Amino acid sequence: MSEKFDVIVVGAGPAGTSCAYTCAKNGLKVLQIERGEYPGSKNVMGGVLYRKQMEEIIPEFWKEAPLERPVVEQRFWMMDKESTVSFGYKGLEWGKEPYNNFTVLRAPFDQWFAKKGIEQGVLLINETVVLECLTENGKVVGVRTDRPDGEVFADVVVLADGVNSLLAKQLGYHKEFRPDEVALTVMEVINLSKDKINDRFNLEDNQGCTIEIFGDSTKGNLGTAFIYTNKDSINIGVGTTLSSMIKAKLKPYDLLDYLKTHPMVRPLIEGGESAEYLAHLIPEGGYHSVPKVAGDGVLLAGDAAQLVNAIHREGSNMAMASGTMAAETIIDAKKRGDFSETSLNQYRETLYQSFIIKDLEKYKDATHTFEHYPQYFKEYVPMLNRAASKFFTVDGTPKKEKQKEIMKSFTSERGTIRMIQDMYRAWKAVK
Amino acid sequence: MHIVVCVKQVPDTKIIKINPKTNTLDRRSAPAILNPYDAHAVQEAVKLTKTIGKGTISVLSMGPPQAVAVIKKSIEIGADRGFLISDRAFAGADTLATSYALSKALERISKDMPVDLIICGKHAIDGDTGQVGPGIARRLDIPPVTNVIEVTELNEVEKTIQIKRKITNGYELIQAQVPCLLTVEKEINSIEYSPMPNMIKAARYEPVIWSVNDLEEVDRTQLGLKGSPTIVGKMFTPPKPEGGKRLEGNAEEQVKQLMELLNDKKELFVSR
Repeated sequence: MSEKFDVIVVGAGPAGTSCAYTCAKNGLKVLQIERGEYPGSKNVMGGVLYRKQMEEIIPEFWKEAPLERPVVEQRFWMMDKESTVSFGYKGLEWGKEPYNNFTVLRAPFDQWFAKKGIEQGVLLINETVVLECLTENGKVVGVRTDRPDGEVFADVVVLADGVNSLLAKQLGYHKEFRPDEVALTVMEVINLSKDKINDRFNLEDNQGCTIEIFGDSTKGNLGTAFIYTNKDSINIGVGTTLSSMIKAKLKPYDLLDYLKTHPMVRPLIEGGESAEYLAHLIPEGGYHSVPKVAGDGVLLAGDAAQLVNAIHREGSNMAMASGTMAAETIIDAKKRGDFSETSLNQYRETLYQSFIIKDLEKYKDATHTFEHYPQYFKEYVPMLNRAASKFFTVDGTPKKEKQKEIMKSFTSERGTIRMIQDMYRAWKAVK
Repeated sequence: MHIVVCVKQVPDTKIIKINPKTNTLDRRSAPAILNPYDAHAVQEAVKLTKTIGKGTISVLSMGPPQAVAVIKKSIEIGADRGFLISDRAFAGADTLATSYALSKALERISKDMPVDLIICGKHAIDGDTGQVGPGIARRLDIPPVTNVIEVTELNEVEKTIQIKRKITNGYELIQAQVPCLLTVEKEINSIEYSPMPNMIKAARYEPVIWSVNDLEEVDRTQLGLKGSPTIVGKMFTPPKPEGGKRLEGNAEEQVKQLMELLNDKKELFVSR
């Protein structure tokens, strides 16, 4: 019989590595299995890494981790065809310790993070696909990989195998996700000199900027686009729910081309050289899509547990926090010598009391609302742009009259009652 | 049967970029991998010990500490143990100094366990010289057998090995005495998908790392940059050829056309 471990972690993304790291640090025998050539070779992220949850795992990680720039400015654009209403915040305190968040490129970052795990004693195996969980009387006792003699055993298996989590699906923890529960995001890394980035985004060295773009960036469909500054490259991407893409017959690469050539965006990336093209599914079902996260001998963490807050583009932090919570539960379960569902449900309880599920619950109807009522992205963004244009154009009309006209145009376009309904519905979805 | 396989960590030249300003390899642009020919060398050692039913496979590499990765990779393929010689004194070595250093390490290895066979890749994909294997054989005074495409028989009692070598117009069957040194072509075998226990062993494995002081009777003037008579005069990327003409027809017709073309351009043959 094959070797038995305390823990097998499937996946070497932020969730898997956080879990493996914490388990190994606490003396557990950990085997981590990654299907890619190396950690970070398969996964995709827009590129914002939050300081808080990472710091809880590795204090002062920014002193050695391969990060791009600390983000000092976050901008939000409500973009129409030839205009943008924007707001944002720039604060230099974010450019100093302890920082708020960073732009990162996942390939170097994940490799670095996985190496920290190896230093703690994690046995990491790359280029290996886990085909299924091995079960005995309903209890997960190990995994079967695609390699010869590929069975390995453990007290507990952590599924951090990403958004599709075929392994959790095999266990019956979730069904195939519906097209409105996942977004398809495509992105490019565009090489651009440091000086050009600093000039175009009004930054200094070691200052980063993020722009989230709503409205015409997705041709009015439910989704967002983003532009993040790295040291000498830019991440630009766009995603919409799969259902919107199907309904509007959008091709993801067309959408990215549309964004890149949009007059509001083009000058920012002009002259850049395309270095990488990536595409991935993002779990956006939120609270309602979270599957069973603990079973007999098994836990789910990160994207595999659908832990993404689409409204605040938070995911990697939730992955890390959930991975750590899973580890803490496993450490306690080991002390109890009990890896049954009842024992491992400690993870579920911690997760549900944490910011993760609380945040997902707060926005539990948001995606659904915006998906079901497309007017927010399709109509309100252009309306807002027209209003701003009217208000700021100096044409001799008294400002008070302008305000009246703007209000009138709102109510006449959507109708007063419908508009009040829309506002109430939106408020309810995000309150 | 104790087989030692010499392996090298190389940049993946399939995807490496050339810095157009300095004309040197931009090593950051490509991941470091186990030289593909060396992977086949390890695989052949695995195959041979499997056929015989017993044996030990050691791998040996020279390089910076991160070259441990190629030893781990060799363990994945099925090697039993690994040695890395790593020291500033070895840095900047050309093929002459490299084969000297490796032969010293091989002497050290054979002291504990006599070596029956050494296998190397045909050449490394970053240097393409194919000199280190024969260089080691010469220094250890054992026969070098290059361009091996098949080991047809290994007789432990008679201490002989039958080998198929690739030559320009076919192949050659030869017999050699063991110990000897083989350098192998890729077609000698196909790399098998490593079994899970090997993967676990490799993840856990920590090779023996020797510095120059761990080797015996070393002439330091023959090591590293000092021991390397090779001087790289210039490196450049050849410009892409433009234009050109493809000659069609059978061999005779093509030769005729070519002669006509050459006759028309007599100026090309004026000696300078």
